[in-house]
Amino acid sequence: MSTFSGVWVFSENLDLTVEMLSKGRELADKLQTELSAIVLAQNIREQVEDLARYGADKIYFMDNPIFKNLQVEPYLSALTNLASEHKPEIILIGSTKRGKELAARLAARLKTGLVPDAFRLEIDEEKRLTASRIVFGGNGIAVENCRTKPQIVTVPPRTFEKPKPSEIKANVIEVDVKLEEPKAEVMEVKPVEATKARIEEAKVIVSGGRGVEKKEDFKMFEELANLLGAQVGNTRPLAEDRKWFSDWVGLSGKKVKPDLYIACGISGMIQHIAGIRDSKVIVAVNKDPDASIFESADYIVVGDLYQVIPALIETLKYTLKSG
Amino acid sequence: MPRIIVCIKYAIDVSQIKVDPTTRKLLTADAPRKISDFDKNALEEAVRIKEKHGGEVIALTASSEGASSALREALAMGADKAFLVQDPALQTADTAAVSYVLAEAIRKLGSFDLIICGEASIDSYSGQVGPRLAEILGIPIITYAHKISLDEDIIVAERSLEDCSEVVKVKMPALLTVTKEINVPRVPTLMDVIKASKKELVTWTLSDLGIQSEKVGAGTVQVLEVSAPKVERKKIKIEGETPKQIAEKLAEALIRDGVLGG
Repeated sequence: MSTFSGVWVFSENLDLTVEMLSKGRELADKLQTELSAIVLAQNIREQVEDLARYGADKIYFMDNPIFKNLQVEPYLSALTNLASEHKPEIILIGSTKRGKELAARLAARLKTGLVPDAFRLEIDEEKRLTASRIVFGGNGIAVENCRTKPQIVTVPPRTFEKPKPSEIKANVIEVDVKLEEPKAEVMEVKPVEATKARIEEAKVIVSGGRGVEKKEDFKMFEELANLLGAQVGNTRPLAEDRKWFSDWVGLSGKKVKPDLYIACGISGMIQHIAGIRDSKVIVAVNKDPDASIFESADYIVVGDLYQVIPALIETLKYTLKSG
Repeated sequence: MPRIIVCIKYAIDVSQIKVDPTTRKLLTADAPRKISDFDKNALEEAVRIKEKHGGEVIALTASSEGASSALREALAMGADKAFLVQDPALQTADTAAVSYVLAEAIRKLGSFDLIICGEASIDSYSGQVGPRLAEILGIPIITYAHKISLDEDIIVAERSLEDCSEVVKVKMPALLTVTKEINVPRVPTLMDVIKASKKELVTWTLSDLGIQSEKVGAGTVQVLEVSAPKVERKKIKIEGETPKQIAEKLAEALIRDGVLGG
């Protein structure tokens, strides 16, 4: 019999912690074991009580100012010490950039395996956790499992739905383990503009690629986006090569799952496709009839986006008003 | 003057992977390999530091097969020396094992000030080797750096995270992982290539590092299956005489699908 038992979830992002609790509950039920959330933060007592209503059996928390800058070493030392003591069989860690670094370092310390960025998690007949993830730049889906325990997996934001709060509350336990000070000194923190809506949550996205000639032409997409209550996105080359934007939609950027994704002048590089594959409906507008984006589109428009998009704006102005 | 080690993966060129149409399995064994894109950024950054501060740049790779061409390219890009750990056991090595092998090779290389890795590899995109390596060697790490500067024994780095960007500093020796945004890697000239052919390229086996190959091949993670993602899209062509007709047909379809919100 294994000495490891229990499913743990941790993220420095509490929304992501809650999302992982829904999957964590399912895994714990299948393994007939306990689900615990680990919460490490500053001034967290009230939020812990709220978090206790999302399906966990236990919440282990530490309230300490050392966590204020969200640096990895305090989390890492807390998790290493807690996991060495309690021996969970599965640890799900939120796949933020901090979380990815944390998970890899935790796996190194606990001498165990780590599967990053899982979009599907299952328990197989042998009670092993199997995790699916995108590999080879979007060309493949790998199904992997850890041979060693704890089995560590990172889970990207919005992979699993947030569970509904329940009446049953988790057992909230304050813990005190030895913590390491951060090794890096944070000299400056610049928040990302708060006004910028999160494209990962958009229901409709209008996105431009290399077929867009000038940055000003994005005004056209913004007009269409305004009509549809949509957000505007772009591909990596427009951010990286042309420096028009600081971010992009794609495997290495923002992964999105809107109801509708309108790809304008996007050739359809596999990395971009991997970032939009969960969209419900994909429309592609491209001059090139052989553009590979058409292989991944529901509606194919072979045509000049500079003609099609303005026509679509006019049509929708009329349709949406009368409809 | 800093001694910098750059870890390079001889990765599968993901743009050239073919799929077996019947089994949907990926034919990765046949795909060509190259220096992983982000590792070129790591190397470029190391060479720029050397150009500014002096010192030495060492390229290091662990691979099961002919990665010497990748290291020759690294030498042409400006590395002074290259070390290749080559062993058939590395064929099945996972990130934990590769990190362990790189760490042993780095110990054999002696003292260093900085290790630079790409943020992740283009083929497996797991981003684990940098952080694991820092843990094994017990040195500080800054991940996802997109701008760095050196001041004596201090590195200052800017990194973009989901909710903010940070400026952080650590004391060397340290490990950095860098993003594609940090620089544009140089393309070696013919002269560089000729010079590179005279530079030192050392090959080690696992036993040269005192590592038993069973320790490397077993792995902590098992890949059960890799297949091409299924694309189930309708692929309906919207055609019309004029852009207006196309727009109307498209709008109708989207309303029918219930994805226009209103």
